[in-house]
Amino acid sequence: MTMLIFIFVISIFLGVELIAKVPSQLHTPLMSGSNAISGITIVGALLATTSDSSTFATVMAVVATAAATVNVVGGYLVTDRMLAMFRKKDGSGRR
Amino acid sequence: MNFESLIDWGYIAASILFIVGLKQMNAPETARRGNAISGVGMLIAVVATLLSRGLSFEWIALGVVIGSAVGAFAAYRVRMTAMPEMVALFNGLGGLASLLVGWVEYDRNPASPFATIVAIYLTVLIGAVTFTGSVVAYARLAETVLSGKPFLFRGQQFANGLVVAALVLLGVVVCVDPANAYPYLLAAIALSLVLGVMSVVPIGGADMPVVISLLNSYSGLAAAAAGFVILNKVLIVSGSLVGASGIILTSIMCKAMNRSLGHVLFSGFGAASPAASGAGHGGVASAVTADEAYYVFEAARSVVFVPGYGMAVAQAQHTVKELGQLLEANGCEVQFAVHPVAGRMPGHMNVLLAEADVPYEQLVEMDDINPAMPAVDLAVVIGANDVVNPAARDDASSPIYGMPIINVDYARTVYVLKRSMAAGFAGLENPLFFKPNVRMLFGDAKASIQAIVAQFKG
Repeated sequence: MTMLIFIFVISIFLGVELIAKVPSQLHTPLMSGSNAISGITIVGALLATTSDSSTFATVMAVVATAAATVNVVGGYLVTDRMLAMFRKKDGSGRR
Repeated sequence: MNFESLIDWGYIAASILFIVGLKQMNAPETARRGNAISGVGMLIAVVATLLSRGLSFEWIALGVVIGSAVGAFAAYRVRMTAMPEMVALFNGLGGLASLLVGWVEYDRNPASPFATIVAIYLTVLIGAVTFTGSVVAYARLAETVLSGKPFLFRGQQFANGLVVAALVLLGVVVCVDPANAYPYLLAAIALSLVLGVMSVVPIGGADMPVVISLLNSYSGLAAAAAGFVILNKVLIVSGSLVGASGIILTSIMCKAMNRSLGHVLFSGFGAASPAASGAGHGGVASAVTADEAYYVFEAARSVVFVPGYGMAVAQAQHTVKELGQLLEANGCEVQFAVHPVAGRMPGHMNVLLAEADVPYEQLVEMDDINPAMPAVDLAVVIGANDVVNPAARDDASSPIYGMPIINVDYARTVYVLKRSMAAGFAGLENPLFFKPNVRMLFGDAKASIQAIVAQFKG
């Protein structure tokens, strides 16, 4: 458990370092992109579908899987859509 | 190599890809690749998880197929102007998933070790607050059920305090004797869902950038907490990365509104905004028509557009871009001044201007445009209000006093495109409208600009 807390603390500091310098024009894609990463809870949802579960637990696990999948798939796709617009301008050579 | 270690290596690879991906999100040139890299990380994490023993794949398939279809459909259908509510909704679903993961874990094994129970409790609490908080934020942003106005009632702070106290108490009860605590856990889940609603309803539309950032952070922390429940390192790493990034964004937004994070977290955000509805400036705002405005546009050598949420509502970004091009062709210097909290989420205006293909070099940040403002011939405020309210600079009694603003009133002429004289989301009267160099161009922003564009072409 202390090992996990160690990982948690280090990751928080790493996250702060990674994000602190993001220019404001990228704030929205950053937010929706990191939002997609928070869908990592899908791993927990998948593991919760173990076949020895009660019906109730299985139903909840399926709902959790579906919700996390929306978060992941939707989050990544929508971020990509936004960033595609940012890049389009980049390639147009108007700089 | 057995499956167990293969799974662990997969999680390590996923964590590295998330970190590299986030790193590349720092620059416009690499951001899209960064997002793709982080997506590959997610795929690896999911595939690695599927190698675990004893999963029921038919149920997984059901959940994944439904989730992918809904997620992809929503992602492709959403209009760029509706992005804030979409992100809020996705975020809420992540919170819901974490809540259910914690709940199922307790349901399966109530007599877990103390540390696991604490983690379960935190997971369902943060997950539930994220879920209902995001749904309320969605409703407010989409303005379907809730209006943008904050919803306040007497004793709100006190009620919230009671709920928090009850949650702490329930937490102690659950953690001390987890085996017999199922009803208490259910009560805690219900209260957390209520808390999510209660902590977001008092917040007005203009404060939404702070709320969305904070909820984003919560969803990451919920995932990290779920990682402590199932002892899964990839959940902890990625959850805390998101938690940290959300907190950074929150503090950037707070700075841009001159609020402390503590003020945002523990006292009514809305409390500062809705109260004072202007002591009445007594002045009369002077209006201008699009036809008259055209001559000023035509003569201007430098024009600064200041977009706000109203531009998003009117879907005016493409028309504004067209006007900008015409002005440039007319020998005018065109700039877009973007306030950090303009719109309903961090960077909202940048997304819309990017959609309309406005060149980067025309985008200027608040701190860069303000010193140059006195030399600007014409400042055009499109559906922005509080971020150009000079009361924030001059009036110490104003609720938004101290918030950095774009000093449009220092420009030679200012046009404010606005539907009517109604107060902005913060409910404040804006003394800008009554200044001698300011003219109101009433009506739909898109229609007004189209009229000016037509003049230029005609």
